Amino acid sequence: MAMPMESPISFTNVGRIRWWQRGIFASQTGYVLLALAVLLVVMHFASPYFFTEGNMQNVAKNFSFIAIATLGVTFVIITGGIDLSVGSMMCFSAMITSMVMTELSAPGSPAGSLFVHMAADGKTVLANVPGLILVVSLLAGLGVALLAGLVNGFCIAVLGLSPFVTTLGMLSIVRGLGYVVSNGRGSFPGGPDAGYFYALTSGDVLGVPVPFIYLIVLALAMAVVLHHSSFGRHVFALGGNEKAAELTGIPVVRVKIEVYVICALAAGLQGIIISGWLGSAPANMATSYELNVIAAAVIGGANLAGGIGGPLGAIVGCVLLEVIRNGLVLAQVSSYWQQTLVGVIIILAVLVDRIRSRMI
Amino acid sequence: MTNAQATPVLELTGIGKEFGAIRALHDVDMHVLPGEVVGLMGDNGAGKSTLVKIIAGNFRPSHGEIRFAGSAVHFNRPIDARGVGIEVVYQDLALADNLTAAANVFLGRELKRRIGPFALLDHKAMAARALELFGELRSETRPDDLVKQMSGGQRQAVAIARTRLSNAKLVMMDEPTAAISVRQVEQVLGLIHRLKEQGVAVMLISHRMPDVFAVCDRVIVMRRGEKRADKPIHQTSPEEVTALITGAKEAA
Repeated sequence: MAMPMESPISFTNVGRIRWWQRGIFASQTGYVLLALAVLLVVMHFASPYFFTEGNMQNVAKNFSFIAIATLGVTFVIITGGIDLSVGSMMCFSAMITSMVMTELSAPGSPAGSLFVHMAADGKTVLANVPGLILVVSLLAGLGVALLAGLVNGFCIAVLGLSPFVTTLGMLSIVRGLGYVVSNGRGSFPGGPDAGYFYALTSGDVLGVPVPFIYLIVLALAMAVVLHHSSFGRHVFALGGNEKAAELTGIPVVRVKIEVYVICALAAGLQGIIISGWLGSAPANMATSYELNVIAAAVIGGANLAGGIGGPLGAIVGCVLLEVIRNGLVLAQVSSYWQQTLVGVIIILAVLVDRIRSRMI
Repeated sequence: MTNAQATPVLELTGIGKEFGAIRALHDVDMHVLPGEVVGLMGDNGAGKSTLVKIIAGNFRPSHGEIRFAGSAVHFNRPIDARGVGIEVVYQDLALADNLTAAANVFLGRELKRRIGPFALLDHKAMAARALELFGELRSETRPDDLVKQMSGGQRQAVAIARTRLSNAKLVMMDEPTAAISVRQVEQVLGLIHRLKEQGVAVMLISHRMPDVFAVCDRVIVMRRGEKRADKPIHQTSPEEVTALITGAKEAA
């Protein structure tokens, strides 16, 4: 039922917004990226060691350790929510993964007998394909993250609890469970598949740390999902105007549960990667990492009020934090200054955005 | 229209709604014919919004029956009402400020194209269709601009363009002319005329007497949750409608 057009539409009163006033150029991510570029140049002149291959590898590895979780929490922040349980989730997933791996690799145990048996010379021999233990333990670690994410999502989307309170509770619940299952001792990935585990979590490919490769792949996937799928569109709509999202028929409850599950899974994966680097999953691992993760997302331009954010911002935020940390060490400034400076940067980044949006 | 006279597009019988102890609507009967423009008037708290939300599927009625195009319908969610052909332009327009005009028009029913196993958004097709719709509405709105940066009239155009996506049989407009300029009011009223020409029924919820008398065939007046009047527009006057709204006249 197309209606006839009287004349083609003309834009006599509505100007076009200039390219430098839209998209990334007008976003917080844009000028934080610019600030990062300036910082890199300054670092180059401040310290001859900064741009060495070893230091770059170090930086890439270090920021990858929080960046994957930051991608996850960015999803939640775009919907206008928050997830404080990421730090505990990292620890719990890592712990479950290494505990399951150790358990399955013990020839005497009931579960282990399915996977390994003792050879005549007293050595542990695999009963199945190599790598199966690793796959099962990774699935177990991610499985508990999935469950925690579902509980978060259910409480927030279905029961209508506030995201802050729900995930604050989950922070404590998951950390507590970590202490319960490990008796506070922490655990170590062990058994015949431990070699694969370390290769997959802390190895490198042609000099590039694998966590960095995972990060890039996941960030690209996230960019496609956010901007080219209806799920991504709904995530943004939810953060922009939740009531409108509901009225236009977007499955609000489902989208909300999905973002909390994605966030928990990202945190779980991040935890498993960190444990590979540390060589163990101590019970106090990643304590208060949620603050770093949320800080990185916010510095990179994710708006806690919802509706704005993306993978580039998440990564830029993480890189900025890491370059500052690294830079302070190279500049031989007391490492106690780090936290103070990070706090100042969080406020500065948001402040500059506020000033800019008032100027337009 | 003889055939259409027989089956109203929307027919409500004995609709009532209670929120706890508050009776928002009581025993409302009404019908809307295809191609008819019905004005729904009443003071704040008269029950207009509740009635609209029941028809739109936001609330379930406590009592009564809704028939749409001849058959009884039960809406659990707004999407059910939209499914049968009821579109609503909400008073606060229900737009997501952080998205573009085209994204808002297609919110909840995005156009997609298949690339291998994935269904990705078809940005180009959505922008083209949105531009076409804005052209029909004679609104200078660019599909790629963010709604956040738009004027009241442009926002209105985006919200109305949304109802034009599907083959709606009934379009309800909640205060479409409340917050826009004189020229844009003319445009909105022109659009209502065009919907009518297409055989689409329109329910106009408005406070503005001149608008109602300019486009409506019939006016329904609500007061204190009840229907107080249901008259063809040429058998009534703004004075009478005002008296009915304020309660100076009980019923007509």
